[in-house]
Amino acid sequence: MLSDADRIFTNLYGIGDPGLTGARARGDWDGTKAIIARGREAIVEEMKASGLRGRGGAGFPTGLKWSFMPKAIGKLPHYLVVNADESEPGTCKDRDILRHDPHKLVEGCLLASFAMGAHAAYIYVRGEFYNEAVALQQAIDEAYEAGLIGPDACGSGWAFDCYLHRGAGAYICGEETALIESLEGKKGMPRLKPPFPAAMGLYGCPTTVNNVESIAVAPTILRRGAAWFTGLGRPNNAGTKLFCISGHVNKPCNVEEELGIPLKELIEKYAGGVRGGWDNLLAVIPGGASVPLINKATCDTMLMDFDSLRAVKSGLGTAAVIVMDKSTDVIKAIARLSQFYKHESCGQCTPCREGTGWMMRVMNRMVQGRATIEEIDTLEQVTRQIEGHTICALGDAAAWPIQGLIKNFRPMMEERIRAYKAGRSMPLAAE
Amino acid sequence: MVKVTVDGIVVDVPPGSNVLQACEAAGKEVPRFCYHERLSVAGNCRMCLVEIEKAPPKPFASCAYPVNEGMVVHTDTPMVKAGRAGVMEFLLINHPLDCPICDQGGECDLQDQAVGYGRDSSRYTEAKRAVKDKDLGPLVKTVMTRCIQCTRCIRFSAEIAGTPELGATARGETMEVGTYVEMALTSELSGNLIDICPVGALTSKPYAFVARSWELKKTDSIDVLDAVGTNIRIDARGPEVLRVLPRLNEDVNEEWLADKGRFAIDGLKRRRLDSVWVKRDGKLQKAAWTDAFAAIDARLKGVAGERIGAIAGDLADAESMLALKELMVSLGSANIDCRVDGAAIDSTRRDFYTFNTSIAGIEEADAILIVGSNPRREAPLVNARILKRRRASRLPIAVIASPADLTYATDNLGDSPDVLASLIDGSHPFAATLKAASKPMIIVGQGALRRADGAAVLAACWQIAAAVGALSDAWHGFNMLHTAAARVGALDLGFVPGNGAKDVAAMMGGGVAAQWLLGADSLDTARTGADTFVIYQGHHGDAGAARADVILPGAAYTEKDGTYVNTEGRVQRGQLAIYPPGEAREDWKILRAFSGYTGKPLPYDTIEALRARLEVVNPVFARLDILPRFGCTDTSGPSAMGGIVGNGKFVDAVPNYYQTDPISRASPTMAACTATYVAPLQAAAE
Repeated sequence: MLSDADRIFTNLYGIGDPGLTGARARGDWDGTKAIIARGREAIVEEMKASGLRGRGGAGFPTGLKWSFMPKAIGKLPHYLVVNADESEPGTCKDRDILRHDPHKLVEGCLLASFAMGAHAAYIYVRGEFYNEAVALQQAIDEAYEAGLIGPDACGSGWAFDCYLHRGAGAYICGEETALIESLEGKKGMPRLKPPFPAAMGLYGCPTTVNNVESIAVAPTILRRGAAWFTGLGRPNNAGTKLFCISGHVNKPCNVEEELGIPLKELIEKYAGGVRGGWDNLLAVIPGGASVPLINKATCDTMLMDFDSLRAVKSGLGTAAVIVMDKSTDVIKAIARLSQFYKHESCGQCTPCREGTGWMMRVMNRMVQGRATIEEIDTLEQVTRQIEGHTICALGDAAAWPIQGLIKNFRPMMEERIRAYKAGRSMPLAAE
Repeated sequence: MVKVTVDGIVVDVPPGSNVLQACEAAGKEVPRFCYHERLSVAGNCRMCLVEIEKAPPKPFASCAYPVNEGMVVHTDTPMVKAGRAGVMEFLLINHPLDCPICDQGGECDLQDQAVGYGRDSSRYTEAKRAVKDKDLGPLVKTVMTRCIQCTRCIRFSAEIAGTPELGATARGETMEVGTYVEMALTSELSGNLIDICPVGALTSKPYAFVARSWELKKTDSIDVLDAVGTNIRIDARGPEVLRVLPRLNEDVNEEWLADKGRFAIDGLKRRRLDSVWVKRDGKLQKAAWTDAFAAIDARLKGVAGERIGAIAGDLADAESMLALKELMVSLGSANIDCRVDGAAIDSTRRDFYTFNTSIAGIEEADAILIVGSNPRREAPLVNARILKRRRASRLPIAVIASPADLTYATDNLGDSPDVLASLIDGSHPFAATLKAASKPMIIVGQGALRRADGAAVLAACWQIAAAVGALSDAWHGFNMLHTAAARVGALDLGFVPGNGAKDVAAMMGGGVAAQWLLGADSLDTARTGADTFVIYQGHHGDAGAARADVILPGAAYTEKDGTYVNTEGRVQRGQLAIYPPGEAREDWKILRAFSGYTGKPLPYDTIEALRARLEVVNPVFARLDILPRFGCTDTSGPSAMGGIVGNGKFVDAVPNYYQTDPISRASPTMAACTATYVAPLQAAAE
C-alpha cells in the first residue's frame, strides 16, 4: 500500500486550500527555478529515467514523447497542449486535479514547456467542466500574479504563457489531433498521422499533447528524482496512478495508488468492497469505457498495471475501474457504451461512422434477445472490421467493449436469445 | 527517387509520394473513394488499405502513408482483402441500393468497386439512414442519402473552385454534406462536383434521368464557349447532344470544365436555323440553297469589292473563316474583321494577342497584374489555375478592374487606367513588386481593349511588362485573355482589315453595301446600314439573323470538324459528334458551294485540302495540340495608334457569365443560372 509520504496528489479530496498558498504548503512551486536551471536535456532525461507512462490511456512513455520535439527552436514556435478533455465514461481523475490541485498542473506545464522549448501551453478543458475551468483559471491567474509564470517564469528567465481553452463537450476532441483541430477552431476530427504532432501539430508547429495527470506528476518526479518514482509500482509500470473506482462498490472514490496493486485490494481497501461482497462480483471494466471488461475469475488475481492488463487482452486505459455486481445486465451495460460511441464518432472514417451505428443497433437487440445466435458471430466480425481500420482509436474503443462482452459472456447472450425465442420474460436488471 | 516494392514489383517513386502512388506506379490497382490526385488527402474512406511489411500488423490507408526507402507493400494479402471487403460492407449498409434509378449507374465508383472488392451480400438488417436532399442550385442535383461522406466535394469547392461553400455538419452517422444555410453554389466550376462525386449523391440536374452512359456515343472535341479551349468529350445519342464532359489535358483544363461549356448544350436544340431563308417582299421566306445563292449572287453582282464586307463571329472555326476570307478576296474585298466587339487588338505580331505565359505557365509565375479583366467570369479555368498558384505560393496579385471576388485575395488598384502610367514609370508600389518578381505576369482582358483608348491601354500594358522585366528571352509575361474561341484563330489567319480597308465599325452604318456575317451575333444591328444587304451564316436565330436578308444555316461546334485556337495560341481540333439539323451544313462547305455557284470556286474540295491551305496561310496551324513557349526577343510593343490612355472606368467584358453567345442565350439551363446568380446581383446593384 502506498504510504502517505509517497503520495503526489495530497489534496485530491479538496480538504486543503486549492489556491497558491495551499499548494505551496503542499510543496508545489518549490525550487522550480532550480529545476529549470538543470536545463532541457536533464529534465527530459530525468523524465525518461522515471519510466512515467502517459496517463491518458495509451501508456506511451512521457519522457520519450518529450524527446521527440525538435532539439533547437527553429522558425516555428513549439507548443505544449494539455489534454483536459476528460470524457471517458467512468473516468474522473483529471477533474479532481483541476478542482483541488490545479497548481500541480500549472507548474507541470511550465516545466514540460521548458523541457520541450515551448513558450506557450494550451490547456484544453472539457466543455462540461465549468467549475473546474474556473478553478484552473484562478490558479493560472495566481501563478501569473506571483510571477511563477509569465515573461520571467519563477525568475528563471524563461518566458512562459499558459492559456485555458474550453471545449464544447465532444468526446472525440480528447484524441490528440482532433483536440489540436478543435483548438485551431476547426471541426474536431482526428488528423492523419504521420505527420505526428511533434513535427506538425498546433498551427503546423511542433507540439506535444499530454494528459493532465502526466503533466501534473512531472514536478514532483523532478523534485524527488526518477529513482524515487521507479521505486514505486512494478518494472516498466513505474510510479503511482489515480484510480477512479465507480459502479457497484460501497464507497466509489478516486484514489492514488501504486501501479500493480491487486484489483481486489484496490476495491476492498478504498472502495469499501463490492456491493454484496467480492463473490457478488460479475465483471470489471478496468480502464474506462473503451477497454474490454474482465470477468470475476480474472479479477481475483488481477494486478492493476499496463502490462498485466494487456496480458489478459484488456488494458489499464485511464485506470477507471467500473465495477459490476451480479445484479447487472451486462449486455445492457455494454449496449449503453455502444450508444455512447455511436454518438461520439466524428463521422470521418467509414468503418467507425457506419460500424458504430450498426453495432449499437445489434447490441440494442441483443439486450432483448431479439437476434439469432449467428448474429453474435456477425457482431464479433463487425468489431474486427472496425478495429485497426480507422484514423484514430475511437473505432478500436468502440469495438473492444463488445469483444470483451462476447469473450466473457457469450453464454449469457445466447441464453437471452433462446429465452426471447421461447417467449420467456427475462428478469429486469437493476438500473 | 525512393525504391518501393509492391507485390514483388520494384518501382522508383519520387520522395514525398504516398503508397497509393507507388502501387499505381507498379501497375497495381488500389480502390479508393476519398482520394483524388488534385485534392488534399483526407484518408477517410479507408478503402485503399494495403499491408506494409515491418510496420504494425494492421492494414494502412495507402493514400495517407508516405513512402520510405526499401518499403515492401502488399496489395493482395488476405488481410488487405478482408479489410477492403469490410469497408465496402460498411459503405453499403447505409447506401441506398437504388442503382436502377440512379443517374450514376454504369459509371459509379461505388458500383464498380462493390463488384470488384465487396462481398456478395450484406449482413446488415437494420434500418437504413435517410438524408434530406439539398438544393444546390440549377446545376447540381443532390440525392444525399447516397452520399458516402468522402468529402471530395468539400475539398474541391475549397481548394480548386475557391468557393468554400460546402462543409459537413453533425457527426458520426448523422454527418451531412451541405451548405449549412441552403444556397445555390456560386462557383463557375460547380459541374465538376458531379464528376468527382464517386457515387450518385451529386449528379447533373439538367441531365437527370435522360440517358444511361452506355447508350451514348462519345466524341472528343473542344469547348468553344470560352477561349480556354477546354478539351471535352461530347456524349450524344441519335441527333441529340446529351452531355459534355471534360477530357484530361494537363496543359489546358487539367480535368475540369467550366459550367457554361458543360451545361449550355441544351441551347443547341433551341432557336436553331435549320433551313435557308431569303427575304422576299420584305419578309424572310424559306428557300432552297440554290435560291439563296442566286439571291446573293444577284445582289453582289456589280457591287465594288470595297463595298462588300465580312465579319467572323466568336464561335467560328478556323476552316470556315479561311474560306470566307478567301471568298472575300475573290470578290475583291479586304473588308474583313473578327473583332466583333471592337477590341483594339494589334495583330501584327502573334505575341501581342496571345496568352504567352501559357495556362500551365501560371504555375511558375510569382506576381500577377490583371488589367481590365475578371478571369473568373471570362475564363474560369484560367482563374482556377491562378488560384492553384496562389494556394501554392501566395504570390501577390493586383487587379485593375471593377472590384470582384476572384476567389483569391487581390490588391485592387482601382478600376480606371489612370494607374497604368505610374506602373510604367515605377512610382506605384506594385511596380516594385512586379520588378522584384522573377516571373511576373501581366494579363490584359478584353474589357481593357473594347474602348476608344483600347490601343493606348494595350500599348501601356506592354510597356509595363517591358518595364518590370516580364519580357525576357526565357519568360514572356505579357498575356492577353480572350473571351471568344474564334478570336486567336481569326487573328492567326489575318481575318482583319487589309491596308486601308474597313473594320467592323466602318462596315456598320452603311459603310458597306453587303455584309457577310459568319455567326457574328454581338453586333449592334441597329447600326447596320438601312440599305446594307446582310447575309447571315450561322446556327442560331439570334441577333445577327434577325436583321438578315439571306440566312444560310450553318453548323454548331458539335456538328462539324473544326480547328480552334485558344487564348494561348494552342491549335486544337474538335470533331463532329452529331450531324447539323435539317438543311444546315458545315460552314466551310457552304462557302465553298457558294464560290462554286459564282463560278470562282475556292481551291479546296475536302477539309484536308482546306487544312493544308490553313497551314500555308499560317504555319502555326500545323502545330496541333502542342504549344511551344517562347521568350520575348523583341520588346518593341504594339502601336498605340496615336491614342492616349484616358480615364474612363474599365467595363467588364463578361457581365453575365452564363449568357455570352447564341448557344448559351438559347439555353434554358443558362437562363435558370442567370435568374439564380446574376439577376439578384443586378437587382441589388440597382
